[in-house]
Amino acid sequence: MILVFAENKEGKFKKNAFEAVKFGSSLASDLGMECHAVVLGESDQPESLGKYGAKKVIHLNNHQLNEFDDVAYKNAINKVASDVGANFIILSHTALGKGLIGRLAVSLKAGCVPAVKGHLMLGSDPVFVKPVFSGKAFAHYQTSGPSVISIIPNSLQLTEVDGADPVEVEEHEVEVSGSGVKLIKKDVITGTVPLPEAELVVSAGRGMKDPSNWGIIEELANELGATTACSRPVSDSGWRPHHEHVGQTGIAIRPNLYIAIGISGAIQHLAGVNNSKVIVVINKDPEAPFFKAADYGICADLFEVVPKLTEAVKKYKAASN
Amino acid sequence: MKLLVCVSKTPDTTAKVDFTSDSSSYNEDGKQFIMNPYDEWYALVRALELKEANGGEVVIINAGPASNDAILRKGLAIGADKAIRIDCDPQTAFEAAGQVATYAKDEGFDIVFCGKETIDYNGSVFGGMLAEILDVPFISYASKMEFADGKATINRDVEGGVEVVEAKTPFVISAAKGLAEQRIPNMRGIMMAKRKPLDIKTGSEIENKVKVLKFELPPAKGSVKMIDPENMDELVRLLHEESKVI
Ligand SMILES: Cc1cc2nc3c(=O)[nH]c(=O)nc-3n(C[C@H](O)[C@H](O)[C@H](O)COP(=O)(O)OP(=O)(O)OC[C@H]3O[C@@H](n4cnc5c(N)ncnc54)[C@H](O)[C@@H]3O)c2cc1C
Ligand SMILES: Nc1ncnc2c1ncn2[C@@H]1O[C@H](COP(=O)(O)O)[C@@H](O)[C@H]1O
Repeated sequence: MILVFAENKEGKFKKNAFEAVKFGSSLASDLGMECHAVVLGESDQPESLGKYGAKKVIHLNNHQLNEFDDVAYKNAINKVASDVGANFIILSHTALGKGLIGRLAVSLKAGCVPAVKGHLMLGSDPVFVKPVFSGKAFAHYQTSGPSVISIIPNSLQLTEVDGADPVEVEEHEVEVSGSGVKLIKKDVITGTVPLPEAELVVSAGRGMKDPSNWGIIEELANELGATTACSRPVSDSGWRPHHEHVGQTGIAIRPNLYIAIGISGAIQHLAGVNNSKVIVVINKDPEAPFFKAADYGICADLFEVVPKLTEAVKKYKAASN
Repeated sequence: MKLLVCVSKTPDTTAKVDFTSDSSSYNEDGKQFIMNPYDEWYALVRALELKEANGGEVVIINAGPASNDAILRKGLAIGADKAIRIDCDPQTAFEAAGQVATYAKDEGFDIVFCGKETIDYNGSVFGGMLAEILDVPFISYASKMEFADGKATINRDVEGGVEVVEAKTPFVISAAKGLAEQRIPNMRGIMMAKRKPLDIKTGSEIENKVKVLKFELPPAKGSVKMIDPENMDELVRLLHEESKVI
């Protein structure tokens, strides 16, 4: 049995929850097992997990589970996993997942492989593939006995399962005991897609010369519907907010498209972005190391080329509407 | 306050990533090793600040082989009072957490710090494992912490923002950027570190449920396609038709 913990925020699933279910159900079909999902706290549409391969959803609808608490969540998932005799417990490798995975694995006396991008089969055994060294290499892991695995968001193609049967939702109440840690407030930026979840990212570095020049970056990002990011010296000198800093010491991202503008491509910067599917580099220096990691390169002055790119995107959007 | 900081050793951030010829482990030949930046820059420094403000002791601990003594000496030079090394060669975060827990469980630490992740294996599981074994709360990815009257107010990084939580000691916390400002050891610190205690303890047997079959490098990236700066329509066309990302 595969048990997927599908995260929800304010009652709604984000893409990572569907991805976790999708990963769990593909593992289940390779192992000839069934995939069930567990949902904690208030949830609008637990049955929607069926579209990605969950056969049954166990919904623990206690209001004390509406907000994340590491101990309460661990106890709740542990109980369900033990009751159903789960062989693999799947989480998303999100902020919440990272706060939970180690604790859950120890409490279940299970093996633990965090932050995988998928699995492959070696005979009848699954092998989990995990990016290591910030994506510069991969490690293949094998586990024995029950195991807790977390899947990195945006790692797999999210397609619905054809002709999925309507899913059975079981509602339960559980006894909840938490950690005693109190949530005081949440400051979550609204409006734009947060970087770790963004599919399109426009990022700029020291080549911008001055924070007052960021208008052209924002216009391009707006046209594309992309989230903005920056290199570390840019956030360190206060040109841009810290939450935009990507790289080894900042956020690691894996968007479909990363456009790097006036960024040299230092190894510590690449560590946070080299899992992007497609990389476009705009730099006036033909020797900039970033070109070696790029799919498409434009060697030119960014102040001339970025507005042209924005115009081209506008034109493309007008033509496809 | 009794403060414990868990520190790990990683290859230098610019070290080449390659593996032994049978692909079973990282090739350490000719590599420089450092203390994991999150442990050194943020976790350790925040612990030292707390001690400076409230009194007490900062102990640093590593579960690893004798070659890890160098990073413990560095931690002492930055300002830790005492170092512990549990002599072992952990293959997984579970083993490392188990070893550290065996030491920490009877020592009555108020706060146990670790880094948000190691920059080589990028696991971010150690802290949660340690917290579960010690039966205390775990607060992950902390980018700010204030402490007063036995109570900590902590900012934890979440997708696209922060959550502020309040926790009573004892707890385990994992450090992210912002928790403190890096400190560079000075000559006096380096001299004093030589006289500070570095205790070696014997590791215990811990069963391992996960093994690495092999490491592999990603397929080489095809060469970059250069686009004429005067023809941005072409770039947009390629992004749409060839790579299908817009
Ligand atoms: C331990 C450690 C951790 C680090 N972590 C990170 C991290 O997480 N993230 C990170 O980003 N960095 C990190 N760094 C810093 C990193 O090494 C680089 O210093 C940094 O990424 C450089 O930023 P940059 O590319 O914006 O600036 P620069 O290196 O100054 O590059 C600017 C680029 O802009 C180009 N340019 C200038 N003018 C124009 C123009 N008019 N048109 C087009 N192009 C132009 C230049 O050719 C140049 O390539 C870390 C360093 C260390 C030691
Ligand atoms: N062998 C070890 N000894 C002491 N602390 C460790 C060890 N391995 C990991 N840690 C701590 O756990 C943090 C996160 O590691 P990980 O969960 O492996 O990414 C590190 O930043 C260290 O603080």
